Amino acid sequence: MKIDFTLNGEQREIDVTPMSRLLDVLRCDFELTGSKEGCGEGECGACTVFVDGKAVNSCLIPVAQMQGREVRTVESLASNEMLSDVQQALIKFGGTQCGICTPGIAMMASAALEAEPNASRARMRELMAGNLCRCTGYQLIIDAVISAAEARRRHG
Amino acid sequence: MTKPGHSFVGHSVNRVDGHAKVSGRAIYVDDISMPGMLHGRTVRSKVAHGTLKDIVFDAAFDWSDITTVTAKDITGPNFVALMEEDQPALVPMGGKIMHHDEPVALICGPDKSKVDAAMAHIDQQVDELPAVLSIDESRAANTLLYGDDNIFKAYTLEKGEGLDEAFAAADHIVEGEYFTGAQEQMYIETQGMIAHWQDESLHITGSMQCPYYIHNAMKSLFGLEDEAVVISQAVTGGGFGGKEEYPSMLAAHVALLAKKAGAPVKIIYDRSEDVAATTKRHPCLVKHRLGLNAHGEIVAADVDITFDGGAYVTLSPVVLSRGVLHSIGPYKCPTLRVVGRMMATNTPPHGAYRGFGAPQTTFAYERQIDKAARVLGMDPVEFRLRNRLNLGDETATGQILKNSVASEKVVREVMAQAEKEPPNDICMPKAVQDVKRGRGFALYYHGAGFTGSGEDRLKGRVAVAVNKQGEFEVRSASTDIGQGAFTIFTQIAATTLGVDVANVKVVQPNTKMVPDSGPTVASRTCMVVGGIVEQAANGLKEKLQAYGESKGLDCGDVLALAEAHAKDVGELAFETTYKSPPGIHFDDQTYRGDAYPCYGWAACLVDVAVDPDTYEVTVERCIHAVDVGKAVHPIIVKGQIEGGTMQALGWALWESVLYKNGKVMNPSMTDCIIPTAMEAPELETIIVEEPYPHGPHGAKGVGEIPMDGPAAAVANALQDALGKSFDVVPMLPETIAEVLKGGPA
Repeated sequence: MKIDFTLNGEQREIDVTPMSRLLDVLRCDFELTGSKEGCGEGECGACTVFVDGKAVNSCLIPVAQMQGREVRTVESLASNEMLSDVQQALIKFGGTQCGICTPGIAMMASAALEAEPNASRARMRELMAGNLCRCTGYQLIIDAVISAAEARRRHG
Repeated sequence: MTKPGHSFVGHSVNRVDGHAKVSGRAIYVDDISMPGMLHGRTVRSKVAHGTLKDIVFDAAFDWSDITTVTAKDITGPNFVALMEEDQPALVPMGGKIMHHDEPVALICGPDKSKVDAAMAHIDQQVDELPAVLSIDESRAANTLLYGDDNIFKAYTLEKGEGLDEAFAAADHIVEGEYFTGAQEQMYIETQGMIAHWQDESLHITGSMQCPYYIHNAMKSLFGLEDEAVVISQAVTGGGFGGKEEYPSMLAAHVALLAKKAGAPVKIIYDRSEDVAATTKRHPCLVKHRLGLNAHGEIVAADVDITFDGGAYVTLSPVVLSRGVLHSIGPYKCPTLRVVGRMMATNTPPHGAYRGFGAPQTTFAYERQIDKAARVLGMDPVEFRLRNRLNLGDETATGQILKNSVASEKVVREVMAQAEKEPPNDICMPKAVQDVKRGRGFALYYHGAGFTGSGEDRLKGRVAVAVNKQGEFEVRSASTDIGQGAFTIFTQIAATTLGVDVANVKVVQPNTKMVPDSGPTVASRTCMVVGGIVEQAANGLKEKLQAYGESKGLDCGDVLALAEAHAKDVGELAFETTYKSPPGIHFDDQTYRGDAYPCYGWAACLVDVAVDPDTYEVTVERCIHAVDVGKAVHPIIVKGQIEGGTMQALGWALWESVLYKNGKVMNPSMTDCIIPTAMEAPELETIIVEEPYPHGPHGAKGVGEIPMDGPAAAVANALQDALGKSFDVVPMLPETIAEVLKGGPA
């Protein structure tokens, strides 16, 4: 079936099996390999993308549901070569190690900061609880996200 | 331009792989596609023990575009080379199935969904045999899996004489039995590999820790020469030991399929296959007895350790060795005996996991030390300080500690931090009434680098070079699996060369391009390989300066010398081989001597809160002081400590691999849980630097030590909170309920 949707700001059309997972379509058909598969059951969050601005697990979504929707992937976070504040903070504070969870973490953190820019550390832990990381123990990820939030507040 | 003499060591420069990773551009094995690439799957056994009679491919299914491989397609010796030649790449017809989910056949094809569908059309005919599923059943040896006693390996470590007399003379005896369960590494990137053959040579790219282990295994399996096998590491999404030995098996499978299909083949495990089939931390039973005198000193120790090795030898003898060597801990003890054995069972082989045997025995001795303090009525921290090893003291193997001991410093640092206000971000919900709270402590050490004479046998090599473009390259087989190896190598090399970190690149490990630096394991990458990087960089610098002198150039500007050399002469490489520091001797037969060139030291304090109705445990505070010699990159070191701490807390409280008849029953992230950011406490991490004279800039290992002690600190805190002894890992709510009921723990 043919599906029209917006992908990272561009109108795209694809002919695809409707039950294909959005994650596979992004990775295989559009070669956007930034979204990762860690579990395939919505547990780890490595495949997090935005659909109409909302963070979702792309491994759980049949692509048929994307008709007319707006999809954004980790590849859209940086503009040109300029990393977003969240991405820069993840590097600076050591919030990325092996990096396989990082695209999902960067996406979820960006969504969390939009939704609750004044979240406390404890609240940020709740917001990030759908994204598993095995390397960091989460401390440096939370440091990075909270620091990005503080910087946004400072710069208005 | 950075002036010569500037040190990048001790500074948290941006990770060299940071940009690629946060932007989603880092290329992991599953992100790689090749023209004509086929997708492979592994057909696995459905019993824990049996004889494979036949594999039947359903005649009604269309196999036209599916390639199938069985053991018949293996022309060379059918085993995955590691320590022993016991583990086949595929179980042969008529051969023994030794564990559930053991590979028996392989298939591949162009259409992934059709390959998946084909899996349902393959039948195995098996004569089932009685399975050995526990340490006890293995020791009973009613069914023999290995030799005449099911023991893969045994070690005895003894010190002093008259153990029985020492116990008879002791004022107190503390006795305990401790069981720790299997633990899944749960790297977020599952295992994956791609192979293709080109002009009779085999090329493999994938997720791995040890390219040369795979190189060795493929040479043996296919009868190929060194240069006919090229193993390259893709960006790797975590390992923690889980990608030390298992990737050789997966490499064998993609290589066999690619050979028969005549096309590149990729296998990426899904999570359930990865959890069900790959290695985990060894389950371990420790019986530990301590004799104490009335002054509060340890006078005797008698330790009996049994590990469950699973179905094949893999690396288990080395895990056993490390477990045995760490089983007395950083404490003085004049008379002791440690007996350790590694048993064969029909469980998927257990293998390398961060800590490598030490977390299991550390849990036992740090519970014992806590109980000893209780028996003596002493403060547990005071008791540890009284008995700790100090400079000049002798370890269990008779090693005299000549330098780099931080046993007191780590304790003092933790206790000072505990005086400060807690971060208080993570607490038991206020709605819970009558919360039971407790505090636990642990002190431990971890030998850095290979056990005993291992580093002398390995002879790790590294080259630092100026390439044809005049750029500096570090050529090492040490993989960056997230621990930051490439970043610290650039810091060490740039500091030695006197150039900017931006002028040094670490070559992505590829056996054609890099010498064998030894495996990326055992907390050795910074301390041992980082040291070779430093020496090689120094050698290269001297050669460049000699070249500069001969040409009358300014020898202070190494970057300019490199550019001049590249332009006029071409590439220049300097290779160095590791040499053990002088005065380090270990006897592998008697287990006496310098077990490790140096030790890292750590102390951990944990505050727990227990819900009195559900027995859920919240870790409200975790203070961890870890001695790393020198933090080459403080943020990377902090990340190593915190990641290891969280894996240890996870092992202690939440992570449980469930087996039934030798099969993993919870092979998913939903059922085999790991902690989320909500379970993680605000980690209070203290980096202690007690320099190791033979490490680069004083650095020693950091990767494993944070895994060793927190589980014991949790158990000690639970005893403090609930007044009962918790001697089993993991301490799930149901475990706690049973202990409180007085039933078996």
